[in-house]
Amino acid sequence: MQLIDLAWWQLALAAGLVLALAVCTQLARLDIGKTMLVAAVRTVVQLSLIGLVLEALFSVAALPWITLMAVVMLLMAGREVTARQKRRLTGGWAFGIGTLSMFISAFSVTVLTLVAIIGPEPWYAPQYAIPLLGMMLGNTMTGIAVGLDRLTDAVWRQRALIENRLMLGHRWQEAIGEARRDAMRSGMIPIINGMAAAGIVSLPGMMTGQILAGAAPTLAVKYQILIMFTITVGTGFGTLAAVLAASRRLFDERERLRLDRLSAPPK
Amino acid sequence: MKPDTQADAPAALRAQALSVGALSAIDFTIEPGCILALSGPSGSGKSRLLRALADLDPHDGSVALGELTQTGVTGHRWRQTVMMVPADSQWWADTVGEHFPAGAPNDLDTLGFGPEVMDWQVSRLSSGEKQRLALLRAVAHQPRALLLDEPTANLDPDTTAIVEAWLTGLARHHRWPVLWVAHDPAQIQRVANAHLRIAGKQLEAVPCS
Repeated sequence: MQLIDLAWWQLALAAGLVLALAVCTQLARLDIGKTMLVAAVRTVVQLSLIGLVLEALFSVAALPWITLMAVVMLLMAGREVTARQKRRLTGGWAFGIGTLSMFISAFSVTVLTLVAIIGPEPWYAPQYAIPLLGMMLGNTMTGIAVGLDRLTDAVWRQRALIENRLMLGHRWQEAIGEARRDAMRSGMIPIINGMAAAGIVSLPGMMTGQILAGAAPTLAVKYQILIMFTITVGTGFGTLAAVLAASRRLFDERERLRLDRLSAPPK
Repeated sequence: MKPDTQADAPAALRAQALSVGALSAIDFTIEPGCILALSGPSGSGKSRLLRALADLDPHDGSVALGELTQTGVTGHRWRQTVMMVPADSQWWADTVGEHFPAGAPNDLDTLGFGPEVMDWQVSRLSSGEKQRLALLRAVAHQPRALLLDEPTANLDPDTTAIVEAWLTGLARHHRWPVLWVAHDPAQIQRVANAHLRIAGKQLEAVPCS
């Protein structure tokens, strides 16, 4: 079975439906019509561009270019992590901690999966490496962003409590322990729920895509299980690392709580 | 009171050239077993000063308890030794007992509690109960100096008298230096050996009769 080609005019039909929805929301005065159209245009432009980039990358298939692509993806993910936090660590720490955590978790798990499990030839074959890294980064990014946002928000609200524990002579790890565990949990829960619901409530996107492309469902399922596991591992370790590093940064060398290291929330 | 298990000898709390917030170049010494009252209008920096002494805020100048300097030990060790009790105490666990080091603390009955208080729900404590339990909790962590931020603010006159007598007794028995933030001149007369008032950027001594 071959994938049926889609012509641009066929996509235009779907775009017409989005336009109709935008008109309806405008009539209902929901005030999101413009945002929706801008987002739809962004989808078209961004995906078309990435399509061109991927086609070029696949035809070259050289390690330096693939590395460059991976680094750009990582930096974009780091920027996204920073943007999703209400109160973030100042002085580049929010970006630094988020990006570094994604690097050590998403990158290493992707490389490990490529080299030790899937084993394409060469191991960095972009058809495998780039989609895999993309899925890893996308999920790890969400986990880290949620974890960091929960941590900084909790610390802001529980300032008096944490400082009272410090006054009693508790170490900073004890004083922030509850907020830290909470943040780590909330970063990991979505992916755990995703594993629990996979196949029952939702048919995961990658598996659906492979089946559409003509793969045997049993093989698609194996790939999906592999992806679910690697995403869980990447998200889990990434969230742990990011929340640990950020909570350390919230205290100084005298174990004082330093909320002045958090920025005010954007208006 | 239980026998003094601490090997550390009583020591004076000394601040030198301490600057924090609006206050600058503050010097004072609290001798062992003495209570220094600190007063001043609200917003004048009393709590900031206490927080600097407990090393909760960055500050200039040096603080020492006898031979032990603030920067010579880790932050948590210093704060366990020079214990600050805030005006508004915080409770993180469900029951009172979980906030105390193992075993029921001393002096529960002195402050009007029975041993069953350790099983009480924190959410049902009144502000006065919280304040007395916060003092008991601080003392149970075996400090060697106390920084008290309005320790009787939420208490009725009778309970205030009990707490004052208990705290002054503790300071004298353990030879702890105590800094006591207070508003009420009568209370300062009753408990303090010395009295400093915040005047602008400085502290000025007020004679204690």
